[in-house]
Amino acid sequence: MDKRLSFLHRFLCILAATTMLTVAMTTYAANEIVVYTARNEQLIKPLFDAYTKETGTSIKFLTDKEGALLQKLKAEGANTPADMLITVDAGNLWQATNLGLLQPVQSKTLLDNVPAHLRDPANQWFGLSVRARTIIYNKDKVKPVALSTYEDLGNPKWKGRLCLRTSKTVYNQSLVAMMIQEYGEPKTEQIIKSWVANLATSPISDDARAMAAVAAGQCDITVVNTYYFGGLTKKKPNLPLAIFWPNQDTKGSGVHVNISGAGITRHAKHQAEAVKFLEWLSSEKAQNLFADINMEYPVNPKVKPDATVAAWGEFKQNPLNVVKAGELQAAAVKLMDRANYK
Amino acid sequence: MQRLPMSFEKAPIAGAFIFKFRLSSGWVLAALLIAMLTLVPVVVVLSSLLTLEREIWTHLVEYQLPQLLTNTFWLVLGVGLGVAIIGVSLAWLTAVCEFPGRRQFSWALLLPLAIPAYVTAFVAIGLLDFTGPVQTLAREWWGPIEFPPIRSSGGVIAVMTLALYPYVYLIARNAFLTQGKHALEVAQSLGLSPEVGFFRVALPMARPWIVGGVMLALMETLADFGTVAVFNYDTFTTAIYKAWFSLFSLQAASQLASLLIVFVLVVLLAEQQTRTRMHYTQTGKHSVQARILLTGARAWLAAGFCLAVLALGFIIPVTQLLLWASEVVEQDLDARYLDFFWHSLALAGFAALLAGAVALLLSYSARQHPGLLLRVTARIATIGYALPGAVLAVGVFIPVAWLDNQFVAAGWVQSPLLQGSLMVMLLAYLVRFLAVAHSPIESQMHRITRSVDEAARSLGVSGVNLIARVHLPMLRGGLLTAAALVFVDVMKEMPITLMTRPFGWDTLAVRVFEMTSGGEWNRAALPAVALVLAGLAPVVVLTKYRSK
Repeated sequence: MDKRLSFLHRFLCILAATTMLTVAMTTYAANEIVVYTARNEQLIKPLFDAYTKETGTSIKFLTDKEGALLQKLKAEGANTPADMLITVDAGNLWQATNLGLLQPVQSKTLLDNVPAHLRDPANQWFGLSVRARTIIYNKDKVKPVALSTYEDLGNPKWKGRLCLRTSKTVYNQSLVAMMIQEYGEPKTEQIIKSWVANLATSPISDDARAMAAVAAGQCDITVVNTYYFGGLTKKKPNLPLAIFWPNQDTKGSGVHVNISGAGITRHAKHQAEAVKFLEWLSSEKAQNLFADINMEYPVNPKVKPDATVAAWGEFKQNPLNVVKAGELQAAAVKLMDRANYK
Repeated sequence: MQRLPMSFEKAPIAGAFIFKFRLSSGWVLAALLIAMLTLVPVVVVLSSLLTLEREIWTHLVEYQLPQLLTNTFWLVLGVGLGVAIIGVSLAWLTAVCEFPGRRQFSWALLLPLAIPAYVTAFVAIGLLDFTGPVQTLAREWWGPIEFPPIRSSGGVIAVMTLALYPYVYLIARNAFLTQGKHALEVAQSLGLSPEVGFFRVALPMARPWIVGGVMLALMETLADFGTVAVFNYDTFTTAIYKAWFSLFSLQAASQLASLLIVFVLVVLLAEQQTRTRMHYTQTGKHSVQARILLTGARAWLAAGFCLAVLALGFIIPVTQLLLWASEVVEQDLDARYLDFFWHSLALAGFAALLAGAVALLLSYSARQHPGLLLRVTARIATIGYALPGAVLAVGVFIPVAWLDNQFVAAGWVQSPLLQGSLMVMLLAYLVRFLAVAHSPIESQMHRITRSVDEAARSLGVSGVNLIARVHLPMLRGGLLTAAALVFVDVMKEMPITLMTRPFGWDTLAVRVFEMTSGGEWNRAALPAVALVLAGLAPVVVLTKYRSK
């Protein structure tokens, strides 16, 4: 019977001790930057480490989904520990400015290093790497001359031959948002409907799987971000897959691009240090590391992409400012719902 | 039922509906305080209902909700039936029957609990979809053949059933084990065969346990986003996430989530109302009955069924995970994994203790003060489980950050104190998983009759002694089940962990998130395997205590 009592006793003691131990103090150290990042740890930490090594400034960071980080910043308000927000996709950065979470940065370095269409018109965020979303085809079944534009994927000749990733991915939402900007809603809706009519199988949950389906012969073409193509072909170099750059002729609007990027939070406690870090990220020194680590393209035009990436050939980017992807994202999502693109 | 000499008694009905609310009563006060605490995040979510997001609603109602509700209906129906049938039959076989391997199966069948459902989902699609090895081999051998699509309602129901049946299994098994031999013996002495005895006696007597387990599985199904996303199977939760992440309206997302919890609350209360008039006490001794010996084909059938469920729910997915993990182990495994491991274990352990203690307090106070007030209180306090994790995480974070900002503004502290502290993290887990702890403890509580108290009192045992020396030992099975379930659930939990963790407190689940959000599912296998390993700890503990 005493054993039972001591069980209860121990239980309560542990509980009490836990409660006492768990209040943590957040302190603001001087030589430190705090970053909230939606870019995965394995893609961003090497840059933090490199910067710390070079400058001695230490970087504390927290990863989470974009939506959660924005809500976190908003709830923390003036007392947020975060100095910088790094996310993938311009839509999320646009939403951060909408919620008043970022502040404008006046920096000639950043204006020089980041092309105008890849940063916020009000300088609240800056692109740091470019992600191109393009067409991948099965070399054994499709001749590249048969391909031309994103719109043409709705051509009846591709009936039962197209695989697409789900409309729930922000990459497709941005792509469609840019099409709305270019063609207007009614025409875009027609295009999306024609895509859906050509699908070989119901939309797939990620880019890698969509390419695997093309390679396995379930369909012949799909649309993915190039770094997924890079990752897959690095692992399996013998797949019958190849890249096609759409919308390249003189009237064409170019390949759809999105960014991963960063901004300084409105209530940053280490503003000057954070701006310096942001400038460093856009510099020639850091850009290769930032882009190459995930086979993306550098934003800084002075920096060449990784050799594997360069081998995919040069292409014309869509010159529209990526901020449009954010502004029109909700419209794009609703449009895809109407077109029954799942 | 009443023809059978069981202890389904009529409770004093009139008394049950009188609010026995006396402020002097510490039990009531404690229960109400807990409920209020856990209610804060839910109220934050519900407050969204004040201003309607008309434009988004119009769009959703016109183009999304009909399909989503249909999908959700089939999912809930399929998973509900699936976990009930598989969970109860496995529980019955391992608790009451005897067949080759029963002893090993009785603990091994808990193992699927340690794998997050979205991981099982990804493995299933990886293996069985068009590009997977199964169909690829079949095409090589037999040429092009049509398989039933894995990315379908059937596929997602199968995966969720395999991931969630252990809730029912664990809790129902507890019921069968403690049912006492009398009931079944009485049934048999009345000339009922074991089969009829099962359906007419054991099953109705285990109803609160079974319903409790199924409800847990269904609340998890309704709140799930990860698994259905892998299948691209749109459910009500899909609309919640779409409103938030794609249409940038947390407001609309919270409104949808509010509807979800109101719906679940109504179902729970209705279900409870149908059984408040019954008492489920054990008849006869607390001993395990003589097992029904299965022989010949029946024995092999039983063993085969257990093995099939175990293979599909655990052995095959874990083998695949191990294969994937072995490809990346050299590149990815480093000293930090010790931290991830320790953080996962510590958080899950503390959360299990906390949720167990609070659930005990809740259900104990409901026992001391039977009545509508505390019954409803318990339901409300445990509703957090039906909310999608990401929405609940925001619901927790907003009031905490608000409090912090007030403290700073008042000059009490220089920098935020609460946010990013483990205390808030544990509190958030409590709100999310109190239901998981409450269900097994509450049903076990039915086992303690009033006559137990009277007998104890006549022996001079009362007050704290009565609880510590009589009640707690009787509740041991329920407490252990509760702690084990919360433990594995916290280990698998993602959105709350991500949002409330202090700097540097990365866990195995956070690691899985890093990899999967970048689409690197194969690399996610390594932390997933580690998670499964750590999840074995409570299973081992349960087995150890159970085998006594």
